[in-house]
Amino acid sequence: MARAFAVDVSLEVPLLVVPRLLAGPPLDGRAERLHDHLARLGPLPAARDSRDLIQVLEASGLLGRGGAGYPVGRKWRAVAEREHGSAVVVANGAEGEPASAKDRVLMAHRPHLVVDGALLAARAVGAEELVFYVGSEHEAAVESMRRAIEQRRDELPGRTRLVRAPVGYVAGEASAAVHYIEASDPRPTTTPPRMSERGLRGRSTLVQNVESLACVALVARFGDAWYREAGRAGTPGTALVTMSGDVRSPGVREIELGSTVGEVVESAGGTTRDVGAVVLGGYFGTWARAEDVWELPLDPAAMRSQGLTFGCGMVGLLPADACGVAATSRILSFMAGESAQQCGPCMYGLRALADAMARLAAGRPREGDIADLRRWSALVTGRGACRHPDGTAQLTASAMAVFESDIDHHVRTGRCLATGVRLAA
Amino acid sequence: MEQRLRVDWIRCDGYGLCSDLAPDLIDLDDWRYPVLRTVPLEGALLHEAQRAIDCCPMAALKLVRASRDRDRG
Repeated sequence: MARAFAVDVSLEVPLLVVPRLLAGPPLDGRAERLHDHLARLGPLPAARDSRDLIQVLEASGLLGRGGAGYPVGRKWRAVAEREHGSAVVVANGAEGEPASAKDRVLMAHRPHLVVDGALLAARAVGAEELVFYVGSEHEAAVESMRRAIEQRRDELPGRTRLVRAPVGYVAGEASAAVHYIEASDPRPTTTPPRMSERGLRGRSTLVQNVESLACVALVARFGDAWYREAGRAGTPGTALVTMSGDVRSPGVREIELGSTVGEVVESAGGTTRDVGAVVLGGYFGTWARAEDVWELPLDPAAMRSQGLTFGCGMVGLLPADACGVAATSRILSFMAGESAQQCGPCMYGLRALADAMARLAAGRPREGDIADLRRWSALVTGRGACRHPDGTAQLTASAMAVFESDIDHHVRTGRCLATGVRLAA
Repeated sequence: MEQRLRVDWIRCDGYGLCSDLAPDLIDLDDWRYPVLRTVPLEGALLHEAQRAIDCCPMAALKLVRASRDRDRG
């Protein structure tokens, strides 16, 4: 289909895909203005039968971009087909994951895509209330969204507001977001009931990531067949990823789903040192050896079949001469500190995991630490109100596999295999 | 439809009474929080489960219909 995007192709690094979400003006810190947004993309489709858009989303195969990858159309249908009561839409831009910048970049530069998507969601599910939940530390994003919402007050449901999400890893979890919006308490609540069953003030609540909503804004205009034109490895579409660690041009990029890790790294200018390992998906994701995943398609289904996770689209590169055990230790300490401290296995288990990994990183293990790390990872999985312990356990288990020889070397010799440094004994 | 125990992790404070009362169904982890065994709840085991539910000081245990969801607590 001949839909012309005004794309500037004179970039320094090769494009992997004709941009969709990031088409338009350069990412220079300024929000695209409503006038330009409409001139570039055309108007939002007129209010249509809510079933139409939900069907289109189901046909598109669009998956949620908050980390869980749940089909967007199916989620909307659950809220739209509720038994009674009005509904609420929460546009989730909390982005508490430190390794991810995609949501804040999207909100800062393309706020009207996000507003479009949220508005379409409210119409499709019959919501009278719309909350934009934006991480308070993402100041450019907060300001950009605040302006965009004010500018479009007339189009939005009467009860539309922006809530600044508190800083914190779990503040963006769906039930935590609703809990904070309702009661200023950013801690997850027990599920069931799901937010689609009973969320904000007991009403059916659609909590949707802002990147997912931006995708909806495009699918609603251009259709599911258009959406499916991109995608190389089975899962259709494009996605935003955050490149971090040892890569020449770190930051947010848009990729065609199914691009390989190696292709995406090259498009970001390549690395400065030999890569040893890669962390994929976020702090709640998985480590992998670079050589094992260089040809891996960044595609949720392909990755799942390899025991890896697409998550929030984070790709972090660890050089071969850096210590993966130390890097894991830092992540685990962070994750333990971010526990909401409500559930025993998370509260105690994550602290135990972090402390044991710190001992391994320092070359000062206690007897049983290696076995305990494996055992505790299994033990905390599935035993909490939210998936925070599951994510930490997953990262730990992958570290135990990928850095097995590094850990062994630390323990046996008191030296780091990667850096050559003598660890404190 | 088959029933199973479920722990409300926010309510649970790790008293461990449940494991004392239902030793065939509930073990305690390193930090004294319940680990549920996957056994069918019927007859005497269902009876044990109900006693554990009734005696939990935090009312953190309940019976739910078994589902495909991940349910280790």
